[in-house]
Amino acid sequence: MALLEVENLQTHFRTPGGINRAVDGVSFHVNEGETLAIVGESGCGKSVTSMSLMRLIPEPPGRIAGAIRFAGRDLLQLSDREMRAIRGNDISMIFQEPMTSLNPVLTVGRQIRETLMIHQGLDKAAAEAHAIEMLTLVGIPEPKRRVREYPHQLSGGMRQRVMIAIALACNPKLLIADEPTTALDVTIQAQILKLMLDLKRRVGAAIILITHDLGVVAEIAERVMVMYAGRKVEEAPVAELFRSPRHPYTQGLLGAVPKLGSSLTGTATRLAEIPGQVPDLRKPIIGCVFAGRCALATDLCRQYAPGLEEKGPRHIAACHYAAKGAVAA
Amino acid sequence: MSAPLLQVNDLKKHFPINKGLFGRQTEFVYAVDGVSFEIARGETLSLVGESGCGKSTVGRAILRLFDVTAGQVILDGQRIDDAHPSTMRQMRRRVQVVFQDPFSSLNPRMRVRDILAEPIRNFGLAKSAEDLEVRVTALMDTVRLPREALNRRPHEFSGGQRQRIGIARALAAEPELIVCDEAVSALDVSVKAQIVNLLQDLQREFGLALLFISHDLAIVEHMTHRVAVMYLGKIVEVAPRREIFAAPRHPYTKALLSAVPLPEPGARRSPIILRGDVPSPINPPSGCRFHTRCPFAFDRCRTEEPALRSAEGDQWVACHLDALPQD
Repeated sequence: MALLEVENLQTHFRTPGGINRAVDGVSFHVNEGETLAIVGESGCGKSVTSMSLMRLIPEPPGRIAGAIRFAGRDLLQLSDREMRAIRGNDISMIFQEPMTSLNPVLTVGRQIRETLMIHQGLDKAAAEAHAIEMLTLVGIPEPKRRVREYPHQLSGGMRQRVMIAIALACNPKLLIADEPTTALDVTIQAQILKLMLDLKRRVGAAIILITHDLGVVAEIAERVMVMYAGRKVEEAPVAELFRSPRHPYTQGLLGAVPKLGSSLTGTATRLAEIPGQVPDLRKPIIGCVFAGRCALATDLCRQYAPGLEEKGPRHIAACHYAAKGAVAA
Repeated sequence: MSAPLLQVNDLKKHFPINKGLFGRQTEFVYAVDGVSFEIARGETLSLVGESGCGKSTVGRAILRLFDVTAGQVILDGQRIDDAHPSTMRQMRRRVQVVFQDPFSSLNPRMRVRDILAEPIRNFGLAKSAEDLEVRVTALMDTVRLPREALNRRPHEFSGGQRQRIGIARALAAEPELIVCDEAVSALDVSVKAQIVNLLQDLQREFGLALLFISHDLAIVEHMTHRVAVMYLGKIVEVAPRREIFAAPRHPYTKALLSAVPLPEPGARRSPIILRGDVPSPINPPSGCRFHTRCPFAFDRCRTEEPALRSAEGDQWVACHLDALPQD
């Protein structure tokens, strides 16, 4: 059974320039213990999707519609109080910028304790012991000293480890990681990715990983969903998606990334460009969202939006022309 | 071999930081601490490394955005690190820059036309008003922006288009060397590819030399002729592209390359995971600066600093391990 089922999620914002349809009719699911990556460029709605799952969208100006069923309950129907019991407990989140998501005036230990005392009803001493345990788990040296330190005393990588410790303190069933390594240097990123993989094996939480880095996706995701202009355009198991992307946007995205080692095999060619830019989401889009930038677009694409169709085993894409079955790219 | 376009000799830049109530006691950030390299005409040299390794400081020192602490920067046989302002003015035309953030590096109150015309006027490159107009429109064609856009202001453009304006502004002065300081890092994947392709085309067309400062190793591999790897203010390895990516010699270069996640699911590699964080450049470690994180460090690394020496052909490495006889 799916742990999380999202159905026709629509998150719109009222802006002076009109209604911004940041997320417009997205459906997906996450199984227990599974890692789903949501990939796309700035403004595709991937972060708004994750914020909607946690109901962290300010309403107004935002408005969330559709259904978000977590373990059978629709999160959108819950009261604020019920939602608070879920946040940080059953579903927790790691953000991109560990400096701004930790409270600078509280010690690291207190911030981990807080979650445990609220959700698990631990007393201070028990929570403190558990906090030290969590810091050890995420690989922070000298955890007994570190619990008494403030965020500014830690490096970027350490702060992200603390964020992970807070997120995992209550053994969540679902962890949402929004660009967890984007702000980190590559050697630190390698440490954090390894940590996330190790912890996933041990804790068994499902992960929704939001990122624009296809390398990170290939490294830790099992299934990938590609978003463009607030819609889901393709979804497939990770190996399948990288091997035979069906949607022209996904193909463009994969072609635009140079691969390390390409100069050695003599495959260093010109990078594929996706001409043009993302459409303005405040204006109604008729037809396929990608038609304006797609080399294959015809009048059909400009008039009728393609639905998500099965193109292969567990592989769906929204394109009139994407080949079924056989490898397209 | 002809003389290099740019030569940097033992460049040092130490930034003072004031401590104490009255700012008396002074410590230094050893941002760049003895860096030497050359760039030939039409060549791309990439400076790579993690945050705080001093790669941007090197770029800024070459642009002479501040005075250096020690060392020399020589452009086409002429020293520019201590050049008189009047000679410096002419030298500045020859070295231009493209910054990382296209949002903060363009004046929001100027039209694109004026942004591009300013360097042309400053350096007296246009013979007449008509010539100026011809040059400005030609620049727009070069960076593939529509000519109508000349009368618009930066806020009307997307990130990628702004970066094109930034590149056009750098080209306006007809430079021989462009310092690209993380010029594509802030851009989305598909736009990044457009700008990378544009830079490569321009290099071929105008024979430009590029100092490409970046932390994105895959992009660097795609763009560059040679690579210099920096760690805590020092170059640890410098080599042609092939050598760096096929056979890196310095343990830091190896770790850096192995840490890059590959967009190939199931590509099982064994990344070298470095312990800990980069030490502070205020108190850099003794001996080899990498010894605190190096999996192969031995006693000598803690006390004696390894010199950058030629390992094989054009591949230069600063590591005691590399100096040992190989078996």
